[in-house]
Amino acid sequence: MSTAVLPLSSPVVRTVRRDPLPVQLGLTALALLAMGLFIVLPLVAVFVQAFAKGWEAYLAAVRSPETLSAIYLSLLTVGIAVPLNTLFGMAAAWAVTKFQFTGKNVLVTLIDIPFGVSPVIAGLIYVLVFGAQGWLGPWLSDHDIQIVFAVPGIILATTFVTFPFVARELISLMESQGTDEEEAALVLGATGWQMFWKITLPNIKWGLLYGVVLCTARALGEFGAVSVVSGHIRGETNTLPLHVEILYNEYNYSGAFAVASLLSVVAVISLALKKCLEYKTRQESP
Amino acid sequence: MQASFKRPSILPGFWPTFAYTSIYLVLIVLVPLSAIFFRTATSSWDHIWTVVTSPQVVASYRLSFGASIVAGLISVAVGFLVAWVLVRYEFPGKALVDALVDLPFALPTAVAGIALTSLYAENGWIGRYLAPLGIKVAFTPLGVIVALTFIGLPFVIRSVQPVLADADQELEEAASSLGATRWQIFTKVIFPLVRPALLTGFALAFARALGEYGSVIFIAGNLPMKTEITPLLIVTKLEQYDYAGATAIAAVLLITSFILLLGINVLQRRTRKFMEPA
Repeated sequence: MSTAVLPLSSPVVRTVRRDPLPVQLGLTALALLAMGLFIVLPLVAVFVQAFAKGWEAYLAAVRSPETLSAIYLSLLTVGIAVPLNTLFGMAAAWAVTKFQFTGKNVLVTLIDIPFGVSPVIAGLIYVLVFGAQGWLGPWLSDHDIQIVFAVPGIILATTFVTFPFVARELISLMESQGTDEEEAALVLGATGWQMFWKITLPNIKWGLLYGVVLCTARALGEFGAVSVVSGHIRGETNTLPLHVEILYNEYNYSGAFAVASLLSVVAVISLALKKCLEYKTRQESP
Repeated sequence: MQASFKRPSILPGFWPTFAYTSIYLVLIVLVPLSAIFFRTATSSWDHIWTVVTSPQVVASYRLSFGASIVAGLISVAVGFLVAWVLVRYEFPGKALVDALVDLPFALPTAVAGIALTSLYAENGWIGRYLAPLGIKVAFTPLGVIVALTFIGLPFVIRSVQPVLADADQELEEAASSLGATRWQIFTKVIFPLVRPALLTGFALAFARALGEYGSVIFIAGNLPMKTEITPLLIVTKLEQYDYAGATAIAAVLLITSFILLLGINVLQRRTRKFMEPA
């Protein structure tokens, strides 16, 4: 087709958005190259390096007691931080999206704060509160309780870093759903809990899961914040990302990449889940 | 008083959820965060000033801000290209590429850090082709830029994609029927539409890059005065039990981030206003 001199016939006009084929191919190739170089290659490198010394070395690194204890601590952290933030996210979204009150925007802005804080600072603030020189330090040491440089600190720092994930997803989803369905349920005689289980929860389930997936992925992979509050005690206060660092700094590259490959598999799974859930939410919302 | 604070509603559960939200927010986020400022306030102004303006710290600001700006600009250019291709063209595997855009969000930063270092080291897959050209990436400021670009790219792509997808087709058709060339349509119609989104993407990438730690420290090499980023100095001071120093630097970084976030909020509100009347 030649370029239109007289834009009278509609087919010509409709092709306005379509760039000439060479331009399309060229730009697509460039974009794919950029994505490949910047994003895909690092992921491939993790797996290639992990298996650089063969299956046996890989399995040995993954099955070592230190790796297993890091897996355990990471799962424990995720198991506490994610449910806490999920509960918080649901409460916050309910209060913020179903009611009108003064200072609502301030509350929403405050919830987003942890996104803007460097992970290193997220760790530092808990050291300032619970550390030996911190606000509660003397009291804690009198009672022989250790928070920072121990497991509770790791869980707290992870909770801080992943704080807004579920709340943010739910707030934007529930904002668009309004309050009509819940009000109808109440008018028809449902109790508060009936309304929640039969109306609200089914409406938000995919968005909720989506938030939980994002929250879990971040909680599992958090490095900076956890690194500051962890005592870096092998087998005790090492999460998986910290274990990767230790192995790497010991020049045990294949071991570091083997452990990193476990985290990468989880990352890829979370991406796939995320795509599925995005698809589901789009299907159900008009 | 209660009535003026909250508009009446028949829905239950406001007070329990509101109270829980507020208490949890105060306990987990606000009180610990305020420790930074209380702590800074307890040391003398002179001491704080000496810490935050010492040559090593100033060198780290230069690196952190400089690398974050450059990485943000690269992210804008590359991110716009990728968003454009993902929104406007069809090709096999498009859904997969779209899913992979979020990889830097999902991949733990420490994993990204060691992977990028292995790629760009002198004997790495990419580094070995750059070394003969005299380009060193790993353990130089260039490496910091590479890591921050990896982190920043999805912010730009995800900011631009929806705006580009929503851009009104009729505007382009009108421009075309009035005799505009493709390039004119791009520069005069499309680009002004996505400019606020590009700016938002840049600001988000920049804000994240300033505080980024895990993906950078491996590839940076952390040479004093040369490749030390500001968050690393906070960690270094902490490891030396210099709490006052660490806190002072953290306060500078935190205030900068908050100003940035405020700017992003204003930008996003403007973008939304811009999009709504259409």
